[in-house]
Amino acid sequence: MPQTITEKILAAHSGQDEVRPGQFVAARLDLMLGNDVTAPLAIEEFRKIGAGELAEPARVVLVADHGTPNKDIKAAEQCRVMREFAREHDLDHFYDVGRAGIEHALLPEEGLVAPGECVVGADSHTCTYGALGAFATGVGSTDLAAAMATGECWLKVPETIKVVYRGERKQWVGGKDLILDTIGRIGVSGAVYQALEFCGEAIEALPMSDRLTMCNMAIEAGAKNGIIAPDAVTETFMKSVTSRPYRAVVGDPDADCARTLEIDCSQIALQVALPHLPENARPVGEVREVSIDQSVIGSCTNGRIEDLRMAAEILRGRKVHPNVRLIVIPATPRVHLQAIEEGLAEMFLRAGGALSTPTCGPCLGLHTGVLAKGERAVATTNRNFVGRMGHPESEVYLAGPAVAAASAVLGRIAGPEELS
Amino acid sequence: MSELRGRAHCYGDNVNTDVIIPARYLTTSDVDELAAHCMEDIDPEFVRKVHPGDMMVGGENFGCGSSREHAPLALKGAGVSCVIAKSFARIFFRNAINTGLPALVCPDAAAAIGDGDELSVNLAEGRIEDATTGRTYRSEPFPEFLRQVIAAGGLVAYTKARLGAT
Repeated sequence: MPQTITEKILAAHSGQDEVRPGQFVAARLDLMLGNDVTAPLAIEEFRKIGAGELAEPARVVLVADHGTPNKDIKAAEQCRVMREFAREHDLDHFYDVGRAGIEHALLPEEGLVAPGECVVGADSHTCTYGALGAFATGVGSTDLAAAMATGECWLKVPETIKVVYRGERKQWVGGKDLILDTIGRIGVSGAVYQALEFCGEAIEALPMSDRLTMCNMAIEAGAKNGIIAPDAVTETFMKSVTSRPYRAVVGDPDADCARTLEIDCSQIALQVALPHLPENARPVGEVREVSIDQSVIGSCTNGRIEDLRMAAEILRGRKVHPNVRLIVIPATPRVHLQAIEEGLAEMFLRAGGALSTPTCGPCLGLHTGVLAKGERAVATTNRNFVGRMGHPESEVYLAGPAVAAASAVLGRIAGPEELS
Repeated sequence: MSELRGRAHCYGDNVNTDVIIPARYLTTSDVDELAAHCMEDIDPEFVRKVHPGDMMVGGENFGCGSSREHAPLALKGAGVSCVIAKSFARIFFRNAINTGLPALVCPDAAAAIGDGDELSVNLAEGRIEDATTGRTYRSEPFPEFLRQVIAAGGLVAYTKARLGAT
């Protein structure tokens, strides 16, 4: 039977020639991930299992990225639990402040995920790694605990929805706009329990950073994983981060899909998702007179160097609006250093923006940019649920870096074409 | 498995994990502390009006958003005995099964049950009774693999037994 890329990877990791949607498999994992919010609970559950040793210590990755640099004593205690566990088990892949970046930007950069691999992470945005042609999905803390004890995870093989992107993107339009537009079409439950496979000529032409952004937000349509078949772009990216071998997997062209969607990228404008669901996507031109108090550029969705470059290009020689706090957060120490070396950091500071050390902080309303009652932010993050960035009566508008930067200058939601 | 009894608390489609337990409380795994803030951003009265045994009733995509296992833990801690929905977000569903919070898929029940209705649920049979309206529903059965996890008492116990057996 012809199979999709997702089915092939899950078959290969469960010792079978083929698997079908709906089937349960125990998949051998190439990597398992936790962070300072989910790992402490996973560690507690791991101890309850009583396995003692990790099944595959070299495949366990722990990243202190959410409440870090430790925002308060409780956050510090959470990180301590993780740090002590990492030392106890002599983990190679524990990333602490200074070396830690936002996990889903950090792992690809460190070459820890490769095409054809199977990854679970106790973080919903683990689906990001599908951009590398891997099967990657979010699980909970107890799942991570069981994975650490056994090296495996139970998974239900998902059906696949193929989204075919054609045509050329307009200026400034990036992966964030394509995925917001897609979620706008299918809704936040449009792909529940399914794989979202992104393909077509516009995907082939899409740089890796935008691919990572798209797969990152597959979860916002409820998808189990987002995935893009590995190609020359993937290969070039992998060569730049690791020399280790991997086995790329592609799907059969005639594999069964639950649904195929065709999208003409030339018709997609810069997108903004209105509160309080990512599916409320609109062309930026339709969002009129929405003043903002804060603009956040960063996160696992859009905190890579390419995002910062785009924002800096718009901010060059301009000033952040007096009523706006611009917070720029490079996703990893390497991106931070690059931003300094390329002069982007100086540009953000001269424009009147604040530059933070890598952290998930404001995206989930933990720290470094929490909103007060009634405040409104435009953010390159991934969720705009009630209370996501702070007070339950605050609002988050999701957008890409071009809109976040232009809005920071104008003090209201706007695209870069509105700047003189 | 015994029969669960309690009142329905209805919250509609796309109840996300950020509202079940806001991220600002995720610096602890203490169930009582989590329970004290359960649902507060969309219903500050929830923790005062929920009684042990009560049930959450959601629409489509219940538990969407983050992977935080603190969400089912907060619901359990608040006294919620099971969640009935038209559909679940998959990570929440995993977390619920893994931590022993019954999550029942039953579109008809989820559509018809009203806020405050008196419910009883027989988990073994998947039977949901609404004493307020007199209607009875059947939830979708769990796949065989999940029945094993549930029968073992959750994923920790299941994994422990599996490791012990090898």
